[in-house]
Amino acid sequence: MAEKLLEIKNLKTSFRIKDDYFAAVDDVSLTVNKNEVLAIVGESGCGKSALAFSIMGLHTRAKMEGNISFKGENIVGISPSKLNKLRGKNMGMIFQDPLTALNPLMEIGDQIGEALLLHNKELSKTQRKEKVIKLLNKVGIPRPEYVYEQFPHELSGGMRQRVVIATAIANEPELLIADEPTTALDVTIQSQILDLIKDLKEDMDSGIVLITHDLGVVAEMADRVAVMYAGQIVEIADVTTLFEEPLHPYTRSLFNSVPNAKEAQDRLHVIQGIVPSLQNLPRIGCRFAPRMPWIDGEAHEEHPEMHEVKPGHYVRCSCYKHFHFPEESKEEEHHGVS
Amino acid sequence: MWKFSLRRILIMIPQLFVLSVLLFVLAKMMPGDALSGMIDPNVDPERIEELRNQLGFYDPWHVQYASWVGDLLKGDLGTSFRFKMPVTELMGQRIVNSFWLSLATLILTYLIAIPLGITSGRFNDTLRDQLITGYSYVGFATPLFIFALVMLWLFGFHLQWFPTSGSVAPGSVPGTFEYVMSKLYHLLLPALSMALISTYSTIQYLRNEIVDTKQKDFILMARSKGASESRVYNRHIFRNSLLPIAAFFGYEITLLIGGSIFIENIFGYPGMGQLLLESISQRDYSVVVGTTLLFGIASILGALLSDIILSIIDPRIRIK
Ligand SMILES: Nc1ncnc2c1ncn2[C@@H]1O[C@H](COP(=O)(O)OP(=O)(O)O)[C@@H](O)[C@H]1O
Ligand code: SF4
Ligand SMILES: [Mg+2]
Repeated sequence: MAEKLLEIKNLKTSFRIKDDYFAAVDDVSLTVNKNEVLAIVGESGCGKSALAFSIMGLHTRAKMEGNISFKGENIVGISPSKLNKLRGKNMGMIFQDPLTALNPLMEIGDQIGEALLLHNKELSKTQRKEKVIKLLNKVGIPRPEYVYEQFPHELSGGMRQRVVIATAIANEPELLIADEPTTALDVTIQSQILDLIKDLKEDMDSGIVLITHDLGVVAEMADRVAVMYAGQIVEIADVTTLFEEPLHPYTRSLFNSVPNAKEAQDRLHVIQGIVPSLQNLPRIGCRFAPRMPWIDGEAHEEHPEMHEVKPGHYVRCSCYKHFHFPEESKEEEHHGVS
Repeated sequence: MWKFSLRRILIMIPQLFVLSVLLFVLAKMMPGDALSGMIDPNVDPERIEELRNQLGFYDPWHVQYASWVGDLLKGDLGTSFRFKMPVTELMGQRIVNSFWLSLATLILTYLIAIPLGITSGRFNDTLRDQLITGYSYVGFATPLFIFALVMLWLFGFHLQWFPTSGSVAPGSVPGTFEYVMSKLYHLLLPALSMALISTYSTIQYLRNEIVDTKQKDFILMARSKGASESRVYNRHIFRNSLLPIAAFFGYEITLLIGGSIFIENIFGYPGMGQLLLESISQRDYSVVVGTTLLFGIASILGALLSDIILSIIDPRIRIK
């Protein structure tokens, strides 16, 4: 059996907005095993970053409930010093926007070196520099000696993301969280960075949480996939199952909105609308209901729970039993598709 | 950095030019002229006209301007009719006094404002922050001359902790330790009075900058490396937040000049500000122009200084 690295149970992360709490992550449960890539997909604003920050303990003013256990130990609400021993050493994070993730006033070498310095006090200055140069090499940065002394603004976005990655993997963390690591980059650079992450995955055998809204990336990288909507996981399965048998209407709609799925335009029930903002989420009932207005009353679940369809495949709402997307083809017959 | 500094210094040339033109216009617009105060009313008006002609009073303006600037460059700012001595000589002793007062004020302002701004920003929206912000607003809203009068009355006359006028105890010998201490003692109360209520901009700038910086991605990244809160603040947040304070430094000098005009008058401190106000009320125009020129140059130099400081601490500018 795969070794559990991270196990999240009923995590709820809420922000206080004007005297009221709003959950950006609500009832999220998932596991990440060693040597595995779990992808988290969902539109922007659905709480992916909030989830990643919860794992890393980066929310300074959020209320966190539930359980996150890392290698068997709960890390929700532990002391900052305990947390700081884990962060950067046992778990590392790659941020979405490399243009803002680096300190503009600090040399590249020092920024990567900081991760080493904080967790390995025995390393001498020269050893540390050697290690940083090695890391720069590893992430494919040419002329590392030169880049070592450069400042972030002197590097391109792709190079900066490599620096961010080098920092995150400096201490070979067991868990790597990549929050949309390629979203801010050009298409050609995107695939280079993904290849880099794939290589790193192979030689570090860590668990990776890969956050993305790009199903192409999921297909290429992931072992398992969790689909998130409005702070909740609505479906989770291994990558093949999810691609072959997506059950939750939201997952289906994601596939429909993949640009190269040609038939997408022909579907009548392409799900419309956007992720509501935190304050505008339906507070009772299914958070997705406003986007499925055409569904019959009895198909809805009042408080959709995660249903296990088969081992490892969970869906929030059993509507798929009533409502196989063939509905659409029925509709198509009715109206005829041109 | 050298390239940047050189370019920055070149920018001063047009600034100085504009300043000199403004002052020239000011000098020309002032009622009376270099002769009006000096001449016996019994002298024949025709003789005065002749003198004016000789002095170039009716030359085209650019000729006048050129000779005026020529005099400035030679260090000739004219003569004070009140003191019957060259303006430069008159200002000499006062500049030194004003310089020390401004420096002391600046240091005190930053000594008070930086720790408060840092606390306010780090613990934003807590009671501490509200108290500090409250203090800085009160300072902002308090008119300087009223506050200075209260300080003078309380600490100068009532408690008698500080001298109430002058820049040094009469009879002290320049160069001795007592002399230096006496100078310090005399400028402490005016400097403190001004500093206490000039902290607003620095505190609020620093606070907002810290609040802003602390949610930036690179701060999250520093935390994700395992940096402790104190390290995050000391190594990442403060340095980035102090940038705008450095940028503000030059402006601070300009504010200081404005403030020193009141302060020096209230505390009877013989500096440039006092000289300026006195000269205005006595219509000693050559002195007014001379002091204004100096204040103008000080503001321009202040801005230069703050840009150079900025270029030293911000690599993005250093490289350009
Ligand atoms: N610190 C915060 N305070 C209040 N609301 C927040 C905060 N961080 C995120 N949110 C809100 O939580 C929701 C999820 O945001 P986020 O996790 O950034 O989405 P994603 O990463 O999937 O694009 C959004 O509605 C966002 O506005
Ligand atoms: S409860 Fe209704 S809206 Fe929500 S997923 Fe199920 S069918 Fe769709
Ligand atoms: Mg995000």
